[in-house]
Amino acid sequence: MNLLEVHHVSKNFGSLHAVQDVSLMVAPGELRAIIGPNGAGKTTFFNLITGFFPPSAGEIRFDGTDITRVPASGRVRLGMARTFQITEIFPELTVRENVRIAVEAAAGMTLGIILRRARQEAIAHEISAAIALTGLTDRADRKVGELAHGDQRAAEIAMALALRPRLLLLDEPTAGMGEQETFEIAALIRRLHRDSRYTIVLIEHDMRVVFHLADRITVLEQGCLLAEGTPAEIAANEAVQAAYLGQAA
Amino acid sequence: MLRSATTPVLSRQRLGLAVLWLVLILVPFWVPFVGGYTQLAGRALVLGLAAMALNFLLGFTGVMSFGHAAWFGLGAYGTGLMLRYVTSSTLLATVAGVLLGGVLGTLLGRLLVRRRGVYFAMITIAFGQIFFYIAYRWNSLTGGDDGLRGFQRQPIGFGRFLLDIQGNDIALYYYLLFVFAICVGLMGLLLGSPFGRTLIAIRENERRARFLGIDVERQIWLSFSLSCFFCSAAGALYALLNNFADPMTLHYTLSGEIVIMAVMGGMRSFWGPLLGAAVFVVLQDYVSSMTVNWMSFIGLLFVLVVLFAPRGLLGVLQRETPR
Repeated sequence: MNLLEVHHVSKNFGSLHAVQDVSLMVAPGELRAIIGPNGAGKTTFFNLITGFFPPSAGEIRFDGTDITRVPASGRVRLGMARTFQITEIFPELTVRENVRIAVEAAAGMTLGIILRRARQEAIAHEISAAIALTGLTDRADRKVGELAHGDQRAAEIAMALALRPRLLLLDEPTAGMGEQETFEIAALIRRLHRDSRYTIVLIEHDMRVVFHLADRITVLEQGCLLAEGTPAEIAANEAVQAAYLGQAA
Repeated sequence: MLRSATTPVLSRQRLGLAVLWLVLILVPFWVPFVGGYTQLAGRALVLGLAAMALNFLLGFTGVMSFGHAAWFGLGAYGTGLMLRYVTSSTLLATVAGVLLGGVLGTLLGRLLVRRRGVYFAMITIAFGQIFFYIAYRWNSLTGGDDGLRGFQRQPIGFGRFLLDIQGNDIALYYYLLFVFAICVGLMGLLLGSPFGRTLIAIRENERRARFLGIDVERQIWLSFSLSCFFCSAAGALYALLNNFADPMTLHYTLSGEIVIMAVMGGMRSFWGPLLGAAVFVVLQDYVSSMTVNWMSFIGLLFVLVVLFAPRGLLGVLQRETPR
């Protein structure tokens, strides 16, 4: 059974059809990349999946449950975690404090007042694990706002991982990064996928990253589904080539 | 607040806390020597509690209320009405005041959790003015424009021991400090808990908080409600302190003054608002004996603090000590 099923969703902003009749099936353990020229509706599509706003039409199912009307925070509690194109973190807090909030939220402690010692230790352990997985251990007690851009993105991924999600959604994880940082984040995503068996959907501009990582690729253009397939199929697809070359010309 | 787990910082914080509580406990002994009086210190303590209650919402959840006088005034009227018409127990009257403001705040707060920024602030002003006009017009119950008189705080008995808060200013101060300590202790406990961290998360980045699975609307509602309860506790004490409940305790000018105290003292710090309230109350007492335009002096100080010390007066003091 598919972990994520998006059936014919559309989103209109007034007369603008940002997403039109797009469907997407993601199997457990899959790494799916969503690509498309600027303005293709990728982020809008992402926002529909994660509950940033409701779709104008269509249905979204997560692990068999209809979540079309479930608000964002409810979808997170069901096991969806996302990062944003522009990093969304708590800049005034340290990496550890950032991740702690995520761990405690995932443990259902948003109303918790008193922590027992055993629980405290378990949480501290989980925080360290999420930080170690993203390679930030030596910067764990620095304010996130003071870190380099790449490290801030890694911290955001650490927070998403701390939620122990069943589906990880990454919106342009390498946006605004240099060669080295891009390489490191790509390696991190690859580890999460291959070693930790995360199911991942990501939007990405860097084609080397996409073709290197993805199991399957979905191509959007002007809000519509243009093509879907393995990296080899997408590379050979004439419509996709036209869309990208058309944009470049 | 979230603390980094390094020991020197922690022990310094503990030391600071111990000194602060010692200063508060010893107020009746040192205040006369600096030209003050215990009643004035009580006023600073009570308004300090109101400002700290507001700051629970403003400084630690990132939501601005311009109507906190509503809950303060309801606490005062609840306590006053209880003492006048129902009971002679000061403790019961205090609890009644806290409940009146806290429960109404909780109910009305439900209506504004989806509002943000200016809209949130405007609605809180409107709430405050509703209660102001009720108290102002309902002469038979509240005494209207003249305020609610005809009640007296009553001595509190603990078995054979009697705390005479009626005739003894120092005993009264210790009753105020007792309630203050309960409220402040609870606030500290809440802010240091996982629940408190979700509030700080909302202040820092609401979108991120939402996408960590935090029910932002519910947390803001809870924060607002708790803030109302603490603020009406301050109002209840205010009625006891003055043996009087004034419709102006419900007016938005007092709401504004509470905001000034919190911001002037330092809204990113837990204790800042207490310092802000103390400065406000002392300046008011001192300057108003010389000129009726005392508010312009406080206004000037407020503008200077906002311009040159965005972390407030406590921030200035803390900068002097090495981190």
